Amino acid sequence: MSKILIIAEHDGQSLNISTAKCVTCAQAIGGNIDIAVFGSGIETIAAEAASLESVARVIAVDAEHLSAPIAANWANEVLAIADGYSHLLGPSTTLGKDLMPRIAALAGVNQVSDIMAVNAPTSFKRPIYAGNAIIDVEVPAGATVVATVRIASWQAAATTGGGSVEVRSASSNAVKHTRYVGLKSGGGERPDLQSAQRVVSGGRGVGSEENFKVIYSLADKLGAGVGASRAAVDAGYVPNEMQVGQTGKIISPDLYMAFGISGAIQHVTGIKDAGTIVAINKDSESPIFEIADIGLVGDLFKIIPELEKLLD
Amino acid sequence: MKILVGIKRVVDYNVRVRVLADGSGVDTDGVKMSVNPFDEIALEEALRIRDAGNAEEVIVVSAGGDECQQQLRTGLAMGADRAIQIQTSEGLQPLSTARAFLKVIEREDPGLVLLGKQAIDDDNCQTGQMLAALWERPQATSASKLELNGNSATVVREVDAGLETIEIDLPAVVTVDLRLNEPRFVKLPDIMKAKRKPMDVVSLEELGVAIEGNLEIGHYAPPPQREQGIMVEDAAQLVEELKNRGLL
Ligand SMILES: Cc1cc2nc3c(=O)[nH]c(=O)nc-3n(C[C@H](O)[C@H](O)[C@H](O)COP(=O)(O)OP(=O)(O)OC[C@H]3O[C@@H](n4cnc5c(N)ncnc54)[C@H](O)[C@@H]3O)c2cc1C
Repeated sequence: MSKILIIAEHDGQSLNISTAKCVTCAQAIGGNIDIAVFGSGIETIAAEAASLESVARVIAVDAEHLSAPIAANWANEVLAIADGYSHLLGPSTTLGKDLMPRIAALAGVNQVSDIMAVNAPTSFKRPIYAGNAIIDVEVPAGATVVATVRIASWQAAATTGGGSVEVRSASSNAVKHTRYVGLKSGGGERPDLQSAQRVVSGGRGVGSEENFKVIYSLADKLGAGVGASRAAVDAGYVPNEMQVGQTGKIISPDLYMAFGISGAIQHVTGIKDAGTIVAINKDSESPIFEIADIGLVGDLFKIIPELEKLLD
Repeated sequence: MKILVGIKRVVDYNVRVRVLADGSGVDTDGVKMSVNPFDEIALEEALRIRDAGNAEEVIVVSAGGDECQQQLRTGLAMGADRAIQIQTSEGLQPLSTARAFLKVIEREDPGLVLLGKQAIDDDNCQTGQMLAALWERPQATSASKLELNGNSATVVREVDAGLETIEIDLPAVVTVDLRLNEPRFVKLPDIMKAKRKPMDVVSLEELGVAIEGNLEIGHYAPPPQREQGIMVEDAAQLVEELKNRGLL
């Protein structure tokens, strides 16, 4: 039977939704599911993790130097408790992408990146070429499965579980060679892109940071998160954490509305799991219309105020 | 200080990749091949560091068949001082690539290793972190700003929550994100000059690296197609349609 350890992601206050999605992936693998939480002052986060359906045990490693997610520190703690686990899973977020390959290398295995489906406990589906091909990968017999979970492919596990929590102290000291300085977030109160049910996105067609107000305004009316294309981020209209796509966030809202975005493959790969894609673009030949469920040709600066009026 | 830069030969980012009908792979016949875009950014950063007087030499390294010499030549034309091809006929998975790079590091003793944060073919996003782990040195992934201060560096990383800043001691592995810089264009005279720059070829066996623990890659499938969409005429019709679908 598989014995699965999931590395939890959190911001020091609460659990990130990616952890509950990893649990659903672990359920698909089948077996015993434990979660490791690293940080400082993490009782409530550990309790949250223990409440996820089918989680047996949460191992909470509490130490000051684990409060920032320095991959070298966290990897040491994972390896200290990894014995006996057949699977080590982390989310395919910037945290998991930073951490899990370090663990894989120290365990002497290749990593399975971005699990989108489970064929068997050691066989998975994952996307390559910006999602233009889906491959089956099989982990060789006897090797530990170290993997990241493509969170847009999985629903969050319910919070009806009742696992135990075991608090431990750190097994290693802080590495000296890496020092955390700080985090700067540009985001405000809007819903998080990776869990929002609705997302309104703007591209180069929005034209400026100032003009992006129209996107925020519509998003607020819809209770939506706000995303952007790379071109909009590069041009400085919005901060980097809003980028959607191959190298930004892969998201799966019920509704995705793209304004002034042309639909480059690198962007589209980030929204393929959206329920309904709406595209508004003034160019009727724009490739975004090839993947849109509902398309509207027109000027976004004319259409957004009309939409807002209709929504009142 | 030497800077080592990893270069991967990949299908150009403008190509729409198609899965072969028999599911054995993707169609790369006659397809344009390029330097992985993130690796170009890594190389650009290395060249800027050197040209600012903070490094003496920039070495580009690629693991692959002889065809990857083409991408190494592009790196030389951009301005790298010399190139190393780690020759192998098998496509390497990240762990083997990291092990091979580690051997090159042991020979060259660089102060900084710069790689792309991911390759746009297999989208694995692993090699840099694996290399840092095996080398027992710090890693800074998805860098959008890199500042050297003597024996350490301050790196701004693009993370899901925003911009994270860390400080790392050198030597270290830094993997780069799109907004770190804009790579220069290669000019014709540089291509001519690049032909005379040194290119060392060393085989995987000579480096003492055996390919082990590969994941087995099975069937390739095209992604599921979304259903054909509809066009609406105006904002009112759009709202109507969204209401009909229960989305408003
Ligand atoms: C390695 C690599 C990784 C990448 N990763 C990503 C990624 O993660 N995410 C991403 O988004 N991109 C990514 N890109 C970039 C991608 O290739 C495109 O360049 C980018 O998505 C284009 O952004 P855009 O659609 O906003 O801009 P454009 O392609 O310039 O499109 C702007 C659109 O706005 C429309 N428009 C203009 N004015 C109006 C108006 N008033 N009303 C309505 N429509 C209007 C135009 O018709 C046009 O279609 C990546 C590229 C590379 C090479």
